Amino acid sequence: MSMHHSPLLTRDAEGLFWMARYLERVENMARLIDVTQTFESPGRETESWSALVAINADGTGLAERGLAIEARAIKSFYLLDATNPNSVPACLEAARTNARKLRPLISTEMWMQLNVFHRTVMAIDPSELDGDALSRLCRQIKEGVQAHTGITEGTFFRDQGWHFYELGRLIERADQTSRLLDIKYHLLVQGTEEERRIVELTQWNAVLRAAAGYHAFRRVADAGFTPSDVVAFLLADAAFARSVALCVGGMAWHLGQLRTAYGLRDTAGVLERLEDVRAMLDGPVDRLLPDGLHEFLDGLQRSLIEVGELIGTAFFRDWRPLKGKQSQSQ
Amino acid sequence: MTADPFDQYDSGGYYCELTARAHDGGAAALVRSRLSAIGLDALRARAQLAERDLFNLGITFTVYSEATAIDRILPFDCVPRIIPAADWSVLERGVQQRVRALNLFLGDIYNGGKIIRDGIIPRGLVHGNSNYRPEMEGFPVRFGTYVHICGIDVVRDQDGMFSVLEDNARTPSGVSYVVENRHLMLRAFPDLVAGLKLRPVDDYGRRLRSAMDEIAPEGVRDPQVVLLSPGIYNSAYFEHVFLAREMGVPLVEGADLTVEDDKVWMRTTAGLRRVHTVYRRIGDDFLDPQVFRPDSMLGVPGIVGAWRRGNVTLANAVGTGVADDKAVYAYMPRIIKYYLDQDAILPNVETHICGEPEGLAYTLANLHELVVKPVGESGGYGITVGPRASRAELDAARALIVHDPANWISQPMINLSVAPTLTDAGLRARHLDLRPFAVTGRDTWVLPGGLSRVALKEGSLIVNSSQGGGSKDTWVLAE
Repeated sequence: MSMHHSPLLTRDAEGLFWMARYLERVENMARLIDVTQTFESPGRETESWSALVAINADGTGLAERGLAIEARAIKSFYLLDATNPNSVPACLEAARTNARKLRPLISTEMWMQLNVFHRTVMAIDPSELDGDALSRLCRQIKEGVQAHTGITEGTFFRDQGWHFYELGRLIERADQTSRLLDIKYHLLVQGTEEERRIVELTQWNAVLRAAAGYHAFRRVADAGFTPSDVVAFLLADAAFARSVALCVGGMAWHLGQLRTAYGLRDTAGVLERLEDVRAMLDGPVDRLLPDGLHEFLDGLQRSLIEVGELIGTAFFRDWRPLKGKQSQSQ
Repeated sequence: MTADPFDQYDSGGYYCELTARAHDGGAAALVRSRLSAIGLDALRARAQLAERDLFNLGITFTVYSEATAIDRILPFDCVPRIIPAADWSVLERGVQQRVRALNLFLGDIYNGGKIIRDGIIPRGLVHGNSNYRPEMEGFPVRFGTYVHICGIDVVRDQDGMFSVLEDNARTPSGVSYVVENRHLMLRAFPDLVAGLKLRPVDDYGRRLRSAMDEIAPEGVRDPQVVLLSPGIYNSAYFEHVFLAREMGVPLVEGADLTVEDDKVWMRTTAGLRRVHTVYRRIGDDFLDPQVFRPDSMLGVPGIVGAWRRGNVTLANAVGTGVADDKAVYAYMPRIIKYYLDQDAILPNVETHICGEPEGLAYTLANLHELVVKPVGESGGYGITVGPRASRAELDAARALIVHDPANWISQPMINLSVAPTLTDAGLRARHLDLRPFAVTGRDTWVLPGGLSRVALKEGSLIVNSSQGGGSKDTWVLAE
């Protein structure tokens, strides 16, 4: 029996990239909602929820629906409203639609789990948005995506398509970690200096928890850690699974594989841009605090968008090699 | 003590596929006793879990209404239909014979039409047929095969005699359910199957793939095969996924393919790549907007041109619909005799062609005893079952036939065989048919068994999924 690389349709490469992105987005949305709820302080619910709206740039979307910046409306907007493209149901619907197109490529187990998970999320009841039920719901959503990720790790065939899947997952994770950090910027803290210090500490801890980095951070940080240590950890730690640097490094590796193992020539431009992102993360982060962090994260997110666009142009669009080269791919 | 599911089972004088059995080495009796041992309650609970499994696995078709998309399963009945080895051997040879005749017929009518000149079949029925494609005239196909994938609908009458009800020579669907039903059966009811020697069905993908390899343009060593689907909104999309997966080939949509220099290419991450065989699940009309419907967004502009240049093979070939037309069907015994000098191994159901004066007169005079069908429809649409129809329904059918006689045929009502089927009341007799699938490259291979479709409504003779039909696992005994 002779084995050979099977070709990958550009449409399928794009589908894998986006399926992974949407699922990663669902998990992070659940993380963000969960942490937002922990920021809620009695009488000040609105402020923490408006931060969630701000980091997703959804002010307009809410206004279009005639919704006020108010806890209940915002929770519905992200957990129930399938017409909101950033909502959990909308992202999961998009992931499943991609998965349907990819059924010949993904494993049956991946499809089945996603299919069942999708049904659960489409049936979220408004009562699950209240009180202690919300945290359980967020955990359930998070675990749904984690089950997907685990099944994918254990069953998905590691050929070309897998690299595109991983690229999508990693770029989304990098982007979401930067947003999670950004949420801190939007949370205004009032009171005396000592009061502020204590509240801030609680908030940074909550951000770490939302990113599943709290305990790891404790292991590597000094007892008297400062906010810049948290920022450095989430952005640049080489071992933390959700750090931007780790994600970007992973992307570079996958692009390298696509070039060396599959002969995809157009990886150079993407890799170059990715190098710029990596360079942004080098150096001490103290320079970014306290005022420069938001601008920095904004720039980081813009760069990641550019990387995403370059990947699209290089691999997914209706491009074709020069006529003379066609014979090589026959 | 749980109830015996066969309590009050009565085949109602019809031929019962399970209880009327002889010459099967006792397999049916064994399965029957195993079902009784499971008991009605457990049978129901397990059947429900099995259907849930199909739903979760997405072995579904999607029904679209205005704003929603609902996934439905093809209802699965857990009582298998058993075909003894001797019966199967007749069916298999009958199907092979029929496919051979269909291909010879198509080869003839698109290359001079000797059968027409010899007066066996009226010219109007062929050339006047909306599925006749002049584009195919004088165009050779490899091994003379036009119908690479064929589904032949077979029924069994009151006396247990098989006959052919319909040929499906365009894009017959349902084979995915044959294979998936078997997988489900082995998972959910291993105790029913235990110890019985069944002919396997999971060879279909490999057989199909080798046929697709065989028919690729001559001289291509390692042909690239693809499955062309209209996409996720097509109700048979799951089957397209299944076929692509079983063959191990890309599932493409029209936009994934492009034609340049009269060659077909697919868009891959590494650039354009040649395609040699296309198993297309898109009808002729939508296949190539340059040749057929110009408004088709599903097809591939230029693909028919590439095919005519011999650079790609399409399966099934264009223009096969003329052979599975219900009026042409009436001539099948004569067509078989003409090309093969053999009698049909599987007889036709007696058919009256309303486009012919005597057929029309007979049909109108005996409408209340006949089943009337539009010639070009499929899916069980437009059928009137005379003995079951009301006065008003008969009048409506009469008006339609008189308005356009050529669009209608009539047949006597066949008392289709029945099989025990799980209902709310327990096991009850329900009518069923059988669609064996034949794959033809150089030669014809028939998948052992086929799709048993069962009319779940009491007394109903219409087994189509669009009309409330379900399916059963079909066991062909190996000995």
